[in-house]
Amino acid sequence: MAIAIKNYSRATEYNNIMALTNETIKERLIAKFADQLSHFEEPYGLLTFEAPKELNLKVLQFLFDDEELRFRFLTDLTAVHYPGGVGRELAVVYHLHNLVDNIRLRFKVFTSIGQPDVFTATQLYSSANWMERETYDFFGVNFVGHPNLKRILNVDEMDYFPMRKEYPMEDQTRVDKDDAMFGRGDLPAAASTGPVETPRAANEPRTPASGTPGEPGQKQDWPSDTTKIS
Amino acid sequence: MSTEHHIKLPEGSIEKTTTTLNLGPTHPATHGVFQNIVELDGERIVSAEQTVGYIHRAFEKIAERRPLYQITTLTDRLNYCSSPINNMGWHMTVEKLLGLKLPKRVDYLRVIIMELARISDHLICNSVVGVDSGAFTGFLYVMQYRELIYEIYEEICGSRLTTNMGRIGGFERNFSNAAWEKLEKFMAEYPAVLKEFENLFTRNRIFMERTIGAGPISGDRALNYGFTGPNLRAAGVDYDVRVHSPYSSYEDFDFEIPVGSTGDCYDRFLVREGEMWQSMRIIEQAYRKIQDMKGADADVYHADAPEYYLPKKEDVYTKMEALIWHFKIVMGETQIPPGEVYHSVEGGNGELGFYLISDGGRNPYRLHFRRPCFIYYQAYSELTQGAMLSDAIIVMSSLNLIAGEMDA
Amino acid sequence: MVMARPVRFNIHPIKADMKNNIGLADMPEGYPGEGFFATSLSNVVGLARKNSLWPMPFATSCCGIEFMATMASHYDLARFGAERLGFSPRQCDLLMVIGTIAKKMGPIVKQVYLQMAEPRWVMAVGACASSGGIFDSYSVLQGIDQVVPVDVYVPGCPPRPEAILDGFMRIQDLVGKESIRRRNGDRYKELLQSYGIQ
Repeated sequence: MAIAIKNYSRATEYNNIMALTNETIKERLIAKFADQLSHFEEPYGLLTFEAPKELNLKVLQFLFDDEELRFRFLTDLTAVHYPGGVGRELAVVYHLHNLVDNIRLRFKVFTSIGQPDVFTATQLYSSANWMERETYDFFGVNFVGHPNLKRILNVDEMDYFPMRKEYPMEDQTRVDKDDAMFGRGDLPAAASTGPVETPRAANEPRTPASGTPGEPGQKQDWPSDTTKIS
Repeated sequence: MSTEHHIKLPEGSIEKTTTTLNLGPTHPATHGVFQNIVELDGERIVSAEQTVGYIHRAFEKIAERRPLYQITTLTDRLNYCSSPINNMGWHMTVEKLLGLKLPKRVDYLRVIIMELARISDHLICNSVVGVDSGAFTGFLYVMQYRELIYEIYEEICGSRLTTNMGRIGGFERNFSNAAWEKLEKFMAEYPAVLKEFENLFTRNRIFMERTIGAGPISGDRALNYGFTGPNLRAAGVDYDVRVHSPYSSYEDFDFEIPVGSTGDCYDRFLVREGEMWQSMRIIEQAYRKIQDMKGADADVYHADAPEYYLPKKEDVYTKMEALIWHFKIVMGETQIPPGEVYHSVEGGNGELGFYLISDGGRNPYRLHFRRPCFIYYQAYSELTQGAMLSDAIIVMSSLNLIAGEMDA
Repeated sequence: MVMARPVRFNIHPIKADMKNNIGLADMPEGYPGEGFFATSLSNVVGLARKNSLWPMPFATSCCGIEFMATMASHYDLARFGAERLGFSPRQCDLLMVIGTIAKKMGPIVKQVYLQMAEPRWVMAVGACASSGGIFDSYSVLQGIDQVVPVDVYVPGCPPRPEAILDGFMRIQDLVGKESIRRRNGDRYKELLQSYGIQ
């Protein structure tokens, strides 16, 4: 597919030839998808809307193929956790960009945290590959059809999804930082009773990878007391 | 971490005919920590798999626990070769959320700093491409001028590398005389140095033979992979956030966007060189514009927004309103409008985006960084398909992969 | 834009005075004579080792760029004998861990440390390597002394090149004064045992 980017270097020229506006995009989307899309807003000038999660690929494909809309660049793919919305806790947010007419778009699909399945966009955009892996790593969104959905930034053995709101930022097993000095005096006790998705208690030391690269079987023993080290 | 699950056996065979080589996470030439597991057939790469996350510092989780003005220190550590760009990008995101308008002088000061940071970033990338192909001298020459850029940063914000520069609404202090003198020295001396650096590499036969044809990518594939920045421009697509969505008064400046054609390492090198020349042009124009400002305009260094910009310490200790504003800002009692905003700037590696969702509180509800390095490193296996191992090393360094930005 | 007090900065260089710039290194204790100098073997070995350390820079993040500045000509590290930076741990004496170490990277630091031959020293450069730095989060190792024994910590975020050089000079002090029997002694073995290293 040929990319028709004209070699202008002044943004004003873009603005003059830009015939595509947020209203036009909204009309085209409503014409195609009727009332399945909702929550059309324009926070800070960026058209934002919500689609049901079954339609996310259809919306992306429509925006890609349409000769007037031409949203052929996936700027960003991420998720947000809203623990309050029952049945719609995880929102997957797509930011798209039409480079020729210089318009951006954002759309969201909501999914429930019990069954967080969303269709993958990797067939259409190769850049979605790692962005979806990152979203899975942080929030647990299961992208159906992804070629390689596994953890990317965190350790492979991690068994929970850290960006969800119920998990604390700090590592609960660290011994060298005194939470009282950091203004979090009662946190260790609270964390051990907080919601933990795995059967292991929050204050049990996490065992690191059981083999160093090249030397399988050698177990690292994290010292429990750093004062012993001379 | 075992590598068995990365090995792909050829169809129908029970033994491997290729060699598995582990490039990284510890690299020579201090590249930053990311790993590449390649399957080699002799010297040629059959397939590659990248793993990242060796410096995952959970920026997005930490950002949910910090007030908006403390997140600047986190943004420093994204692309740490050009931290002022990240800082300014974050400040602009918050200013967009709050609806602050900045005076022109602040915009021009920001432009000078961002272009200096861009020069600093491209200098590292280009000289490290030289180091990786065996030419150490260029690196030593240009590091001297990076030291001068660091001295300019020191005069402005006190720190060399992780600058935490500026505030939401402008700068913390006006540029001192010393800063202007050092900037003038830089503007006077740097073009000669850049010319000398160019002479070492651009028509150097060995360098050209190493880099031409190494890791090419077409414009279509680059766009599909989400490339932005010099890597995309080397592939022929002239997308630059400074021109497409101008921020901080970039529309007042006259500059060009260097664009390559094949997207290989040589084109990326040349695009970065070209961008450094254009950055010098922008700095000179901004400098002249600031020198031409007269009267009250000439001393402005922040927006007039007492609800968001900390008042001067002398006022805090003597005036009541300043004390109240200071208290409110630090303790988080100021009105932050709830909403979501996406703002992007042209970082050293491409479109650095900040997606900020605010619920009206002191900390963001969600902050996501759109990090260009993370997005384009996916293409590495496609770029090095069928290439020789030494080409893979050059491609890695010419893509300017900064691990801090990749893992965040 | 008048400054409150005059600032001395480098673009107006002061005339260098030889007397301010000479530092004399003291010779170790011993018995000099006509054409010979007798001292203990530890001192001789220490003197030789400390002025030709081969560092291995394990650079991970922002501090790595300050290390590149330290290696460059302005703050030359080669003056201290560390001309040859090695990237293979088997050939290096000094492991400089420069930058944040995440939990994913911890086993790799340990592996690199194990691959080094004795005598080996470890320098933790930067706040993140010393204690986790500003990243008190679930994925960052709160200091590399959780996995390897450390000799010198250089604080800073990032430490200035002068600070890295200062840390290097402290390592040189340690190397120069180390007893040649230290690595075979019980105390050292206990130290390594506490890290799970045989």
